[in-house]
Amino acid sequence: MWDYTDKVKDHFKNPRNVGSIPDADAVGEVGNIVCGDALKLFLKLDATGKISDAKFQTFGCGSAIASSSALTELIKGMTLEEASKVTNKQIADYLGGLPEEKMHCSVMGMEALEAAIKSYQQGGKPVVHEEDEDGEIVCKCFGVTDKKILRAIKENNLHTVDEVTHFTKAGGACGKCRDKIEKLLDPKHHETPSAKPFSSMTPIQKIHAVEEVLRREISPQLNADGGSVEFVDMQGELIKVKLLGMCKGCPSAGLTLKSFIEKRLRELLDPALRVEAED
Amino acid sequence: MKTIYLDNNATTRVADEVTAAMLPYFGEKYGNASSMHSFGGDVQKALDNARAHVAALLGAQDASEIIFTSCGSESDNTAIFSAIRAFPDKRHLITTRVEHPAVLNTFRYLQTQGYRVTFLGVDTDGGLDLAELERALSADTALVSIMHANNETGVLFPIEQADALTKARGALFHTDAVQSAGKIPLNMQKSAVDMLSISGHKLHAPKGIGALYVRKGTPFVPFLIGGHQEHGRRAGTENSPYIIGLGKACELALAHLSDENTRVKALRDRLQEGLTAKIGNTRINGSTASRLPNTLNISFEFVEGEAILLMLSDLGIAASSGSACTSGSLEPSHVLRAMGVPFTFAHGSIRFSFSVYNTDSDVDFVLSKMPAIIERLREISPFGKSGAAAGCK
Repeated sequence: MWDYTDKVKDHFKNPRNVGSIPDADAVGEVGNIVCGDALKLFLKLDATGKISDAKFQTFGCGSAIASSSALTELIKGMTLEEASKVTNKQIADYLGGLPEEKMHCSVMGMEALEAAIKSYQQGGKPVVHEEDEDGEIVCKCFGVTDKKILRAIKENNLHTVDEVTHFTKAGGACGKCRDKIEKLLDPKHHETPSAKPFSSMTPIQKIHAVEEVLRREISPQLNADGGSVEFVDMQGELIKVKLLGMCKGCPSAGLTLKSFIEKRLRELLDPALRVEAED
Repeated sequence: MKTIYLDNNATTRVADEVTAAMLPYFGEKYGNASSMHSFGGDVQKALDNARAHVAALLGAQDASEIIFTSCGSESDNTAIFSAIRAFPDKRHLITTRVEHPAVLNTFRYLQTQGYRVTFLGVDTDGGLDLAELERALSADTALVSIMHANNETGVLFPIEQADALTKARGALFHTDAVQSAGKIPLNMQKSAVDMLSISGHKLHAPKGIGALYVRKGTPFVPFLIGGHQEHGRRAGTENSPYIIGLGKACELALAHLSDENTRVKALRDRLQEGLTAKIGNTRINGSTASRLPNTLNISFEFVEGEAILLMLSDLGIAASSGSACTSGSLEPSHVLRAMGVPFTFAHGSIRFSFSVYNTDSDVDFVLSKMPAIIERLREISPFGKSGAAAGCK
């Protein structure tokens, strides 16, 4: 049995905003009965452009119904501009989390919302969510494109093929595309996000960025020599790390620290960064 | 909250008589059946008695045809690997697309080891095409393994005819009878099937005990290698409490066979009739003419099985589903797909499986609750309206 949070159970048993809006300003649809889940989202906007009402109809499991209910609660009162920034993660977080295998339910919510926004732009006629036309279909069973997979990997920080399956369903049926998904997980598709300069990040974002570089760029090389590195703390531009395994007490640990770890972090994030090892 | 347990094809409660029969063998009667003292020898006598009861349920000619194993999966693996080792020159195997994973995945593994495997299809009723089996058989076929009853639909397979076709081409025949043993009569003396697997926890013995029937004279190669237990056919100190539990469970199952095929069958039939009368757009999955007496697999169009199960579970009703979402995989049941059940129905399939412990009030309770659950989920579903429009049957 799935380990659903109380919030998921509540939104499944007492779903908010079930139904349709006859004079809706936007109608977005995603999924179909063959795939095992489908969601139809109706939006009504008030004079100020805010979502005054949102209703849904969902065919699917408990977490699909709960995700739809959460989505409608989440976006009420938002402008379409604000709603367009809602991610699947926000839907899952609203519910106190979803089992990993069920994350695709939250992705479905996000996609229905995107379709609804497109529908509004097209004068309110219903829009069915479609995979990016210019993307290449990777998973033939569920019709998932490389674009959708790459986006899920980036937005949710996915590392394994199974995780990609949990979020996008890709690879979940015949499994023949698992090799292709493996290739899409290659870090070369996902350079450390540089959209926001390191200096203007919040402290939490900075820590995430540093950890990301340690995990993607540095650990694999240290692992190859039987060592590893762990993030400890960050104060201003000073990053404290712990050297583990073979690195610990290695005569060239100091060299590793400065000419590899520090050099790489400076290259990728900020030239002002300094790295120190904690004993 | 009272539990209405209608998931007996998944597992069953251990009968009180079985627990009582087992308990002494954890405590004062802890001897090793293989020991040369009467303290162990007394255990050996109890094991012999258990073996006789298992043999009686299967209608075996001789109790020595029963090998105790740790579970149904071990019985299946033992039978399959024994057959391929008995015929090292043969490289072809035959099974069906609707087997339990214990058989299906073992054959898939053997495919990776260079074996050619034919997976026989089924028709829309879940039935087997014997002509397809006949065409698939060749002099290179080492083993045909076809389940006796399907765990999801309860559909029975014609194992005697399949066995006869198999014998004509010199191959061995195994059947996974985990779901049928104890539910319908078995008589190995009137059959020619070479090997047959059963599992304790499907017939009110505990989990962790099974048995494999191997007909006298059938070539056999052990799966577990080691000590001389089970006449050198399955190594490992005999799990005396569990073997004795399985013996007791088989004794009870034999005594309950007529109840299973009359009263229990009537409960199942009443649930089926009630649900199809009260709820529109349903579908019975699997032949109703050739089916276990305890199993009902019914689909509710336009709703999803996991959502139904969660609502049933809140009312204390335990059942299971062939929906994609319950399995952790993303595709609905391989059995329903092999039968060509339309997706609109496959996702909304629910299996109710009864045991002798179920009563009329269990059926009444489910019948009183189910229509509202389906109606509620169809209200939420975007396809529900079209379902309602299609009308009740």
